[in-house]
Amino acid sequence: MASAAAVQRGVEPRGAQIGPALRSAGLSVLILAVLCAVWEAYKWLGERTEIRWPFPVNERTMPHVHDMVGQLFEPSRRNGPLLIDVLLDAAAFTAREAAVGFVLGASVGFLIAVALSQSRLLQRGFLPYIVASQTVPILAIAPMVVVWVNPKLPESLAGWGAVAVISAYLTFFPVTINTLRGLQSADPRAVELMRSYAASRWEILWKLRVPASFPFLFSALKISAPAAVVGAIIGELPSSIQDGLAGAILNFNQYYVSSPPSLWATNIVAAALGIAFFAVVAIAEKLLVRRAPENVA
Amino acid sequence: MNATSVAVAIRQLSKRFERGNVQALETIDLDVRPGEFVSLIGPSGCGKSTLLRIIGDLIQPTEGSVLVNGKPARQARIDRDYGIVFQDAVLYDWRTVARNISLPLELAGVDRRRRDARVREMLELVELTGFEKHHPWQLSGGMQQRVSIARALSFSPALLLMDEPFGALDEMTRERLNNELLQIWQETGSTVVFVTHSIAESVFLSTRVVVMSARPGRIAGIVEIDLPQPRGPETRESPRFAEHITEVRRLLRKGHADEAIEGDTEVPLYVAEEGL
Repeated sequence: MASAAAVQRGVEPRGAQIGPALRSAGLSVLILAVLCAVWEAYKWLGERTEIRWPFPVNERTMPHVHDMVGQLFEPSRRNGPLLIDVLLDAAAFTAREAAVGFVLGASVGFLIAVALSQSRLLQRGFLPYIVASQTVPILAIAPMVVVWVNPKLPESLAGWGAVAVISAYLTFFPVTINTLRGLQSADPRAVELMRSYAASRWEILWKLRVPASFPFLFSALKISAPAAVVGAIIGELPSSIQDGLAGAILNFNQYYVSSPPSLWATNIVAAALGIAFFAVVAIAEKLLVRRAPENVA
Repeated sequence: MNATSVAVAIRQLSKRFERGNVQALETIDLDVRPGEFVSLIGPSGCGKSTLLRIIGDLIQPTEGSVLVNGKPARQARIDRDYGIVFQDAVLYDWRTVARNISLPLELAGVDRRRRDARVREMLELVELTGFEKHHPWQLSGGMQQRVSIARALSFSPALLLMDEPFGALDEMTRERLNNELLQIWQETGSTVVFVTHSIAESVFLSTRVVVMSARPGRIAGIVEIDLPQPRGPETRESPRFAEHITEVRRLLRKGHADEAIEGDTEVPLYVAEEGL
């Protein structure tokens, strides 16, 4: 009888999802191409009609896309290594800070959410300060974090360890807020069921509330992952770290007038790093979160 | 009757919700004998679901007492004496069918080998063998509710509490699941307390139907259903079935009439009489 009953949605093998994934990747490439074309078209038009709004269009304000990309494969300085090699080294350095910061921030953010979910009073007391923590400009607290954290770090973490902490500071907030909501999203009847099985508070938390919070958690991680990269870049500035992307950005900022495409090329690499962080989270979500298709955020 | 020899003993039970100042239940006395199938029926707001939740120690009565298997309701809950099924299946999306069914066993500390064996038995009982690896959202509403019943029965509770379990299903699925539930009840020998607002469903399933009136919730009368077991589709066509339905309906109407006499201006709508 069961086999005759309607199975509304069959089990799709994992492989069946590759088709749509390829298609959406293709679409992304297409959109990128269209954006580049719009950029070039505006530049072409602007240079010929002398558009002065919102800014005068010329080689300095809007370099050619092919110049930005081409710059990556030019020597970074006379007889020096290629710009792309320099930037990839810088990106790898920043990625390490951001990755450590992301894991640290996400873990701390998650634990804060779990702690706050245990008591309404705790939530009311602490949430305002957690919100306030994000209204302080990161540039204002970064020097203090460097001063506090650096002396305590072992040799291997010296310098960049403080940057990871700054990155974590930007990461934890969305995770706390969203996870807290997710922990409270469990169906009240599911909680009643757990009570009817004589489940302890702890079991209700780990077997019901935490899994119920996963879609919320992953929405937050998707916001936090690129934010961790931004946090790392900003954190490098007051730490006087030259080896990361912040160093490259500062450097090419100074030479913008003579070589605009270099800074643009650096931005492309920084953006790619943020996208890569996002992608890792998105893939992890696909693998770990099993939900009805209509409930996937 | 001696309180320890009954499955559920309810004495002088009242429930008042402070919020809204609602008297949900007033001086309820009811005994459910082991192995009985008792339905609670009444209009919306008569407190039948509240009564079920009080039996399950999910909410507390304002006055009076509930003993389940001779123990206070709280102790019975901690001893896992009852399984509960809601109107919605309330399955965990992130668990497969098999792992949904085994959840109560996991919490009871049953080892994996015995859990797996029990899940197989339960799937067979609710006729879902072969669906263990599916996730809940891949099943129809009726199948989801069968998983929910299997989960409630997985740890062999002596008492099954059901709160309009088939209320969200279409009529045909509901009748089929009614038949299956009766079979399961006879196979397991458990006691069932079943909340419904379908007269036909209550008469078909029960050994006794407890008719309740609304505001405040009281027992308007109890109908002994003497239809022979095992029951099947032909039961619904018997003259005795129709007589019982009339009896239950009269009691429901009487409950409403009492209420009107007491000066309640708002006369509630009649209970749904679907399937007649």
